[in-house]
Amino acid sequence: MSAAAVTLRLGHLYPGEMNIYADRGNIAVLERRLAWRGLGLEVTGIGIGDPIVAGAHDLFYLGGGQDRDQAVVAEDLARTKAGALREAVAGGAAGLCVCGGFQLAGHGYTGTDGSRMPGVGILDLDTVAGPTRLIGNLVIEAELDGERRSVVGFENHAGRTRLGPGSRPLGRVVQGHGNNGEDGLEGGVTGRVIGTYLHGPLLPKNPWIADTLIGWALEHRTGAPVALAPLDDTMEEEAHAAAVARATRRRGR
Amino acid sequence: MTAPSVTIARAAGRLSRRLGRGGGTSLPGKVLLKLRPQALSELGRELPRGVTVISATNGKTTTARLVASCAREAGWDLVANTSGANLLSGVATALLDAQGRRPAPEAGLFEVDEAALVEVARQLRPRVLLLMNLFRDQLDRYGELEHLAALWTRMVAELPASATPVLNADDPAISALGAGRRGVLTFGIDDTSVALDALPHAADSTRCRLCAHPLTYDLVSLGHLGHWRCEGCGAARVSPDVRATRVTLHGATGIAVRIETPQGPVEAELPLPGLHNAYNATAATAAAIAMGIAPDAIARGLAASPAAFGRGERVTLDGRRLVLLLAKNPTGANETVRTVLLDPEPPHLLIALNDRTADGHDISWIWDVDYEPLLARAASLTLTGDRAHDLALRMRYAGHPAERMTVIPDPEAALDHAVATAPAGGTLYVLPTYTAMLGLRETLVRRGVAEAFWRER
Ligand SMILES: [Zn+2]
Repeated sequence: MSAAAVTLRLGHLYPGEMNIYADRGNIAVLERRLAWRGLGLEVTGIGIGDPIVAGAHDLFYLGGGQDRDQAVVAEDLARTKAGALREAVAGGAAGLCVCGGFQLAGHGYTGTDGSRMPGVGILDLDTVAGPTRLIGNLVIEAELDGERRSVVGFENHAGRTRLGPGSRPLGRVVQGHGNNGEDGLEGGVTGRVIGTYLHGPLLPKNPWIADTLIGWALEHRTGAPVALAPLDDTMEEEAHAAAVARATRRRGR
Repeated sequence: MTAPSVTIARAAGRLSRRLGRGGGTSLPGKVLLKLRPQALSELGRELPRGVTVISATNGKTTTARLVASCAREAGWDLVANTSGANLLSGVATALLDAQGRRPAPEAGLFEVDEAALVEVARQLRPRVLLLMNLFRDQLDRYGELEHLAALWTRMVAELPASATPVLNADDPAISALGAGRRGVLTFGIDDTSVALDALPHAADSTRCRLCAHPLTYDLVSLGHLGHWRCEGCGAARVSPDVRATRVTLHGATGIAVRIETPQGPVEAELPLPGLHNAYNATAATAAAIAMGIAPDAIARGLAASPAAFGRGERVTLDGRRLVLLLAKNPTGANETVRTVLLDPEPPHLLIALNDRTADGHDISWIWDVDYEPLLARAASLTLTGDRAHDLALRMRYAGHPAERMTVIPDPEAALDHAVATAPAGGTLYVLPTYTAMLGLRETLVRRGVAEAFWRER
């Protein structure tokens, strides 16, 4: 299969429930950046009760939701999707899991009342509710495929997430809190799955991550590494620089 | 009320005004509450017709002005706060300023920030409590809507039996606040011509409050507002006591409404554009009915009220008409988009995005706004504010080409550019977030084309 004719297949998990941090912005970025290169994106919503069809998706997206919706989603993930999702990513499908989606991609979430919400375990991490929300602009030094870049966004989470040996961090915190506000790490990566607390949304100001995910998903689709045509990212770079400048000055003006 | 605390607090207000700090609209109240924590309930009790409190994520400022206008037409003397001073301290300042006024005010009317509402209601014990909507707003500031809805539920349950909650039947979250309570007055829009084709992307709260089943909408009017029902448990929108049966949108300049009330119909033309203002007018009518104001005074009041600052306000600058449409969250922004699209001319646009405390530090909500139909028709597009570059990316990924937008982070320079781009005699639509609006208005005040907000009545 030649890359010129490829349409990537995105499985958007729980678009009705897990969408409160402008997750559609991330999907718009994937779609445009593929279209600018003559490639397609086919987005399939996978909702409550829907099965994951084996081999049907090159890339999964799981966003964040309100607490009540997130509990419903956790239960449904464990019951109807966890096995198929683990198989898909073991087979090389890519994934982006943001905020609540990041937590659910791990082993689980323990609430302040001790209640336990299961995760799907595609990332080796665990989350415990903290006493306060960690909120604000977040800048990290990220590393993917051996390349290091500054990544910027916004975080807003009560969960304190800690990585196990099976996941490495997406990056190190430069400004902000990150996974737990203590160990200086942000996000988690295993194979082609990226989890992160960074929203804003993540991809518009960090097109490098978008292109990394696109590259991984194309490789899953075509079975071979694909060189992506470069795009003019002047506006993205300006917005990235402005957001970093904003994050590293005092808040609340 | 002991005199010294009042005197000290008022002196602080005069000093603050002289120093030009925000018009002194909340400092005296802060001082007063420090000196006398129970001051709010003491001052509120002195008002013979009681207190009306209004809250919502969207439309509370405009609605408070509409209710004030209705009350004045009915001959009431009011004490009211100005928008921007809608926390505990702002309400206290307004009550303080009214001390010793002759004739003495008979009633209080306060628009209150949704996060501050529970405490204000506890202290002020309002006779009428108008709750209009809960839209997804600044998540980093309030925590999530669920939390707020839970706090409001307890607040409404704890109101004395003599108080009247006035609730929006079209908002499932607000409507649920009145469950099991007598003496609730509901309002909503019954004119089916206002329907949207589908729930907008920014809609929230679309699960049943009782059984969590997804809601079915026979009509979506605005955000998640509409004629909803639950196929899970049978819960459904009640037929409201105060209902707009006819809403006519006169382009981007005004509306006409016919509103049925238990006391008779209200018909009015308002110089405020867009469907969201039809909601504001209906909510104001319901509150005024609950306050005991007659329909004829309400009709006069609605027609007489000018736009609140920055909310449909019009000014003329260099021969261009500027229409300021505050857009501080996705639903509000979607309504400004809908309103601008009512203008048959391709619009010239200035969109301003700040991320300061009053705006919310998290600007990701711009990706939930449906800007696409506006971009398709825009005659020009200028983007400004602290996060102008984020706006530019939003428009770029909506498919708007870079060469058809101008990014100027400095608001005053951007204003001049946008005004110069619009033709003489033309209209420039200005869509700012809250602090961006304050900044642009400061420029307009300095140039002598707008009034400072604390001088407004
Ligand atoms: Zn139900």
